[in-house]
Formats: sequence, structure tokens, C-alpha cells
Amino acid sequence: MRTQSRRAPRASLAVAAVGTLITSLAACSGAGGSGAGGGDSINVLMVNNPQMVELQKLTADNFTKETGIKVSFTVLPENDVRDKISQDFANQAGQYDVATLSNYEIPIYAKNGWLHSLDSYVKSDTAFDQDDILTPMTQALTAEDGKLYGEPFYGESSFLMYRKDVLEKAGLTMPGKPTWQQVADIAAKVDEAEADMKGICLRGLPGWGEVMAPLTTVVNTYGGTWFDKDWKAQVDSKEFKAATRFYVDLVRKHGEAGAAQSGYAECLNNMTQGKTAMWYDATAGAGSLEASGSPVKGKIGYVPAPVEKTDSSGWLYTWAWGVQKASKNAENAWKFISWASGKDYEKLVGETIGWANVPAGKRASTYDIPEYRKEAGAFADVTRDAIAGAKPEDPGVQPRPAPGIQFVGIPEFTDLGTKVSQEISSAIAGRQSVDSALKKAQEFAETVGKKYEGS
Amino acid sequence: MTVATPPTRVAAAAKRPAARRPNRMRAWATRAPLLPALIFMILVTQLPFVATLVISFFDWNALYPDDRHFAGFANYSEVLSTPELRKSVGTTVLLTVTVVLVSLVLGMALALLLDRKFRGRAAVRTMLIAPFLLVPVAAALLWKHVLFNPEYGLFNGVLRWIGGDGAVQPDWISEMPLMAVEASLIWQWTPFMTLILLAGLQSRDSQLIEAARMDGANDWQMFVHITLPHMRRYIELSVLLGSIYIVQNFDAVYTITSGGLGTANLPYTIYQTFYQAHENGLASAAGVIVVIGSLILATFALRVVSSLFRAEVSR
Amino acid sequence: MTAVTTTAPRRPMLRGRFQGAALGMTAWLAGLLFVLPLLWMVLTSFHSESDAATNPPSIAASLTLDSYRGFFGVDGGASPWPALINSMTASVASTLLTLVLALPAAYALSIRPVKKWTDVMFFFLSTKMLPLVAGLLPIYLFAKNTGLLDNVWALVILYTAMNLPIAVWMMQSFLSEVPAAIIEAAQIDGAKLPTILWRVVAPIALPGIAATALICFIFSWNELLFARVLTGVVAETAPVFLTSFITSQGLFLAKVCAASLVISLPVLAAGFAAQDKLVQGLSLGAVK
Repeated sequence: MRTQSRRAPRASLAVAAVGTLITSLAACSGAGGSGAGGGDSINVLMVNNPQMVELQKLTADNFTKETGIKVSFTVLPENDVRDKISQDFANQAGQYDVATLSNYEIPIYAKNGWLHSLDSYVKSDTAFDQDDILTPMTQALTAEDGKLYGEPFYGESSFLMYRKDVLEKAGLTMPGKPTWQQVADIAAKVDEAEADMKGICLRGLPGWGEVMAPLTTVVNTYGGTWFDKDWKAQVDSKEFKAATRFYVDLVRKHGEAGAAQSGYAECLNNMTQGKTAMWYDATAGAGSLEASGSPVKGKIGYVPAPVEKTDSSGWLYTWAWGVQKASKNAENAWKFISWASGKDYEKLVGETIGWANVPAGKRASTYDIPEYRKEAGAFADVTRDAIAGAKPEDPGVQPRPAPGIQFVGIPEFTDLGTKVSQEISSAIAGRQSVDSALKKAQEFAETVGKKYEGS
Repeated sequence: MTVATPPTRVAAAAKRPAARRPNRMRAWATRAPLLPALIFMILVTQLPFVATLVISFFDWNALYPDDRHFAGFANYSEVLSTPELRKSVGTTVLLTVTVVLVSLVLGMALALLLDRKFRGRAAVRTMLIAPFLLVPVAAALLWKHVLFNPEYGLFNGVLRWIGGDGAVQPDWISEMPLMAVEASLIWQWTPFMTLILLAGLQSRDSQLIEAARMDGANDWQMFVHITLPHMRRYIELSVLLGSIYIVQNFDAVYTITSGGLGTANLPYTIYQTFYQAHENGLASAAGVIVVIGSLILATFALRVVSSLFRAEVSR
Repeated sequence: MTAVTTTAPRRPMLRGRFQGAALGMTAWLAGLLFVLPLLWMVLTSFHSESDAATNPPSIAASLTLDSYRGFFGVDGGASPWPALINSMTASVASTLLTLVLALPAAYALSIRPVKKWTDVMFFFLSTKMLPLVAGLLPIYLFAKNTGLLDNVWALVILYTAMNLPIAVWMMQSFLSEVPAAIIEAAQIDGAKLPTILWRVVAPIALPGIAATALICFIFSWNELLFARVLTGVVAETAPVFLTSFITSQGLFLAKVCAASLVISLPVLAAGFAAQDKLVQGLSLGAVK
């Protein structure tokens, strides 16, 4: 009995000790605190595209030196960054003050009250010069309530890039405004024109922002649409099918190896490495292809996005800065945005890294800079015209129930697009027919459409 | 969320009533060292599941923050009626069974090889362990980009070495997506199996083996009649532990295929429902169903373990 | 593979000796086959990006430290040190906390077992079989509301919960090795509990504690899902940092290889140094 009574307090002492340990851990975590850094520092979450990585490298020596505001970056691949942004913003966790959002998310997030309106900052910061921002950009980043919620870091449309030298050697000329059928014919002729060179590179990687983006532009110009104006799903329509079959056939016959795993990054690699003769993708890719040190610099021609039934078919996309509502550093966040999307930053990149690397496609003034025109002349005007000509409200041949060119501007599209993209990707891999992929896709789309019908 | 455990229930009740109070104190004194760990586990692992259970009855899409309402069993009927979850159950089972079985067979073969004396045995053992010690996401990246890549991956590189310019250049991940994921997992988990099985082999009774050999038993007979029965508990142990980890695998599926091409397993599907569809209620319902399924399986699996550790239980 | 399934014959015959040599060779081949991807990774990490992306592979390309320089942020990129330090903090702290909780529990499950101790054991193991992902949202919301988001201590608590079942099973198994007779004899001799613990239990349990710690460390270091969801700027761990290297900035093969190797280094070193402990740990202590 003696031993027992002595052990009891000892044991409870141990419990108490562990309890204290846990509480102290919790306490110390409370003190350590999460959330965006206070005072003169902000947290920025961004996608790891080359333009952003360059921004990261330039921030400390320029922005922080000028303003004293320390910037902590989290840089992630596109799919990861989207998951993380939606998680942080939807819960208003406030870990990040600023994040790279797109023209797809900004109206939706703004409607949910997750973003700071930027109107007052824009008004007082005259040096930023909002009027210089291209009109389609400003419109795309303005929410239903008429307020502005984002500033573009760079903007893009889509166009066709092709190797001038390869086509010339094969005795082919690229029409100034090609149709998809012409592109397919050229792809067939230049396929294997050089060892290890495919005809064309098209995205096949699952993801609503990957394969679905170029494919949806093809669908638009073939006369198809995701939904008609009454929210009836049209994914198994004749036009949608024809466009998808065309896309899948083209990439399977003359496209890159590993197409079902290839996205923007892989195609950019293929084009840079001379493994493909053509590439239909974002206009922002041109900056990387023409950057100093690129083996294909100067060898590439650029024409507008190929069309069939519409006049133009390029998409409209921008990585834009949005400020989280829960952020306590909105003032500093704006200073960062104003610097990163400002005119001087473009000049800074041009002078330190190279004019082809400038995050362009957002300001009219960019296209007047002589140095930029000299370096980026091959693609500058095609890009600007494509962006200016993009019509998110009316991208196809029929009226649409929601805005968006390469996406449908509703919250459900991330999930719908991702699910459908997995079916398409699987068709590109040859694991199922286009018909069976679209049959499943139509079911997904019908479920989403039903929520809106009659609204 | 606990599992009602089948084995060896110690008859607890009916003690001498006279010694009740001291007995109770003694019981608490005996229990005390256990309590911190037990309470910690209940707080950290069981409470979240209770919360998940509550959320699963709500229609809650994170993108419609103002439209959160009680939905009864609607989420459950939706989960059960969509083919995705059913498909991902099948994928999970297929993935787990394939990886565990192939790793087990390879692991057994390697363990038998390593159980012999030969020059450089320690070196070979060290080489075999290496894959298991690579951080899983690093291993997945290695397989996806460095080995499987159709343009410059090692596999197609080797094929080109052998076959010259006309060599076949398969697009591994697109052509055999599930096998690609499985291959990377098998590479990582075979060493695990080998290590456990090797330890089992080395704990065999050497006298028994000598005796059997004296009696003229051949290698095959000895393997079937002595080695296998002895190895049973090690095999069961490695299957159980391997299954626990591979059922929950997220890193490899997320990294290698992003859940595409029919490789989405349960953890990935639930993750996707949370983070891409933002259907918190739906994802929670799926989670609850998976938990119930796991509990049924776990009860079954624990029966196996309990037979495994019977020796220790009866000690 | 058929030859493999037979055990080693030690008959002093020529055939046996041949067979032995052949089996030894097979073992060597198998070992090389398994380690080859890793060796290739090491080689690639020392190549330049353009040499890393050739087909057929260029084995004899010149070696460079560029990828390692890039990884450590010498050329202006993000430095990996905060992430490595976070991983180290989370792994070491959670390992210590696990041991602090598991040791007394294992004592109460082996040396002086509570009633129905097997039930308790199986409760611990059953928590390992629950899909972690199903609890992700409540844990995230809890962390957000208590300021534990982007905080390394949140990971410490979760990793402790993740490893505690394994640790309890292992420690229980090791402590069961302590013969009850010795403890009783010591008690009869009038030895006090601390003395008994120190003189009798510790020598038997210490190797077990080491093995448990090794396993807990490895699993904590490797964890990705919770770290991805719960950390951000401040508490980012090494595996999360690694995923940010998959970029669209052109070629990244060599850099990914270098990053993967550096991040795996602590686990590789610990695992190679303590192979036997690894085996004990992996088998929940069933293998001594």
C-alpha cells in the first residue's frame, strides 16, 4: 500500500507536467502568432511563373529599400497556388495580404466580400495611372458592384507561335490569320521536319486552367459553348464534339510526346528546346521564348489565335493582385501593388533582366517604350491587339449566361472544369474516346446548369 | 470513433467488495501514466472527426459563404450516387493491394537473398534501404520528372541507348497511369517489406533448420514447412503496416498524375472536393463514409494483428 | 526469380558453391537496380540543366554545383534555410513530445498493465487507420481560430498524434521485454521505483527509445499534406518548399534533384546510420 500511495501523486505530477507542457506549447504558439506580419511587412502568395520569380528577386533591393516594407513571398505551382488561395481567402484566414488572382476569381471573390476594393487607393495614387491600364483588363477586374478589386501584374491573350525557319524550309507560309484547319495541315507537314520535332504543342494536362483553356477557345470558334443562355449544358452538342475531336486528334497525331501530362510549362520547354514547330498558347510565353539566352530567340513568328466560325478566338487572362479583406496591412499592400504593377517596375525589369521579360499586356504605355518595341517587336502588337480584341461577354456565336472566354464565370467552374479536363486528358492519352469523355462531361455540366436554370 | 476490439477481454468485474476504495485508488494510480497519451489522442484525432460529422449534415460550399444551411442526409445521398467516389474506392483498393502484394513478393525474394552470407552483404542491404529513406514527395518527383518523362526521362533514355534512334519511346504516365504510381510506391515500399521479413528470417531457429537438413529435407520443403509458418506473423505485420500507409497515400497520386487518368484515390478525391469544389459539406460526408469503411476494415485487420501479437498478449 | 525463392544450401558441393555465387550476384544486381534511380538523381543534380534534359542521357557531361547554388538561393531566389529549420523544429519537437507521452503510457500497458490494456493498445492503433484527410477541414478551422495557422507548433501537435500510436506500440513491446521477475526481486530487495526504472528498465528500454525516436523523426520529416494546408510564409516545411521547385521557368530537372537530395539528407543519414533501429521501429517493435 505504501508504494501505491506514493506513486499516485507522482503520477498525477507527471500528468500535470505534460499538461503544462501542452499549455505552454499552445501559449507559445499564440504568442508566435500566425497571420500576416504586422507593422512594415506583408505576405504575398503568388504563382511561380517566371515573371513572378523575377519579381521576387527584385523586391528586396528595390521595393523594400525604397519603402522599408518587408515582403515575404510564398511561391507555388499554379494548381497548388489556387488551392491555397481559395482556402485562405474563403476562410478569410488572413495569412496573406496579397495574392495573385485571375480575372476568373476576382469578380467571384469580390461578390463574397473577400477582397478590398482598390478604388480609393487608385484615386489617390495618381502616379499609378489607372487610365493607362488596358480597358478589357480594368473591366475584367471590376465586380458587379462597379468597384475595382484587382490590378493586373501582366495580361495575356492566346496566339499561335511557330518556327519561321522550319516552315520556310518546308516551303510553307503561315497565313496572317490562320484557321484551325490550316494549322492542322501545316502541323501534319512539319511533323518530324527535324529530328525529334513534332508538328504542334497543345496542352493536355488536367486542370481547368490547363487543357481546358486552349480547348475552350477552340470550342468557341467552332460554334460550341458550355451552356446556352438558359443554362442548358451544351457539352455533348455537335459543335463542342467537333472542336474536341479536332483538338484531341491534332495533339494525338502531331502533338508532343506525353501530351496528357503537358501543360504550359512543358510546352514552353518543348518550344524552347526545338521539339515542336508550333505552339498555341498564352501570349506571355513569347517573353520567355525571346528572352536573352533562349535558343529559339528571333526564330519565331506570331499570328492571332486560329479561328473557324468566329472573327477572333484568343482568350483573356491576367494574373492580378487582389488584397484580402481580412488583411490588416491594406495600405502597405497597395504600395506593393502600385510598385509591382507600375510603370517604373517595367522599366526596372527591362533594364536589369531584359525588355522581352517585361510583365506586359496590361499598360498601353508599355507598347510605346522604344526599347520594348525593339526587343519585343515580333510579338508586341499581336499581343496588344489580341488583348484589346478579346470579348469576354461575347466570345462565341451565341449569347452566354455568364462572362468568360476560356472559362465560365461561375464559382462551380473550377470543379466542373477540373473534372471535365480529367476526362479530356484521358481521351488525349487514348484511354477513352472523345464521345465517352464528353458524355461524362455533359453529365457534370448538367448538374451545374440545373442550379442556375430559371434564375 | 474507437474500434470495438475483439481480442482477449480481461474479465474485469467482481472484485472483493471489502477492498473497494484502496482498489479504486490503485486502479487510478495504474491508469495515471496512460492518461496523458490517451487524452491527447482523443483530443487531436477524435474531436476533428466529430466536427467532420457535424459539418457533413450541412450544405456548405465555401464559395457561397452566406448560403450555409442544415441539409440532413442530402450530402450522403449525393456522395453515394456520384460515380466518382465509388470509382476512387476501387482505385484505392487496387492501388493498395497491388503495391502491398508486389512489394511483399519482391521483399520476400530480396530478404531470402540477403539472408545468405556473401561478399558485400552489408553494402547490398544499405543500397536496398535507400529508396525508403527518400522523402516521399521527392521520390514522386524523381519518378515523374527524372524517370518517366517521355522526352528526357531515364527510362526512355535507356531505351534509346539500347534501341538507337528508332527505339520505342513510351509515354509512361499517360499509357499506364496507375502502374506508374504503383511503380514508384513499390520502389519505396519493397525495402520496408524486405527489412521486416529479413529480420523474421534471421530469427528462425537454426537448430530446427539443421535438424530438417539432417533429415534430408530439400530447399523447397524447408521453405514451405519451416520458413513460411515461422514467417507468417512477419508477413501479416508487413501487410498490415504497408496497407495502413498506402491506403492513405496522397503524395504520389498528387504529384505524379494530379489525380488524372483514373488514378484518383480516396484521399485525393476528398482533398479535391475540399479544395477545388469547395464543397465542405460534401467532402465531410465523403470523409465520414470513408471513416466508417476504414473502421470496418480496421476491426477486421485488428483481428489479424491480435492473432499476431497473441504471444505477447498472453505473456 | 525462381532461384531466388530457395533458401541457401550449405552443402559442400560444387553445384552449391556455384549456386551460392550466382545468388550473391543476383542480390548485388537487385541492390544496384533499387539504388540506381537514386544514383541517377545524384548524378543529375551535379549536371547543368541542359545536360540533364538530353535523350539519350549524357552520363559523362561535365559536373557543376549550379543546382545546389540555385537551391540555396545564392542567385537571389528564396533561401531554403527557414523551411529546413521549420522541418527540424517540427520533427524534433514532435518526437520529444511523442516520447514524453508514449513512455508513461507504455509503462502502464506493459510493466504495470491497466485492465483491458489490449483494448487500449488497439484503440491507439485504430487511430492510425483513420484517413487523415477527413479531419483536415476541422483542424484547419481550429488552427485558424486559435492563431495556430502557419505556426510550426500546430504541426508539432499533429505529428505527435500521427506518431503516438506507433510509439506506444513500440515502447510497449520493448518494455514487455523487462522480466516481471526482476522488478519484483528488486522491489523485495527494497529498491525504490526510480532506482528500478533507472537500473532495470532503462538499459532494456533505451535501444527501444532510440528506435522509436528515429521512426517518429522520419515520418514527421516526410509529412506533406498537413504541412501544405496549415503552413504559409512562416512555418513552411522542407517538403512543401520542395514542391515550389516545379516551375514553368524552363528546365528544372537538375534543381529538383539537388533540392530533393538536400531535403532527404537528414533522413538518409539517420536511416543509414541506424539501420537496425530502423528495422525495429518499422515493425512496431515486433522485431528486436
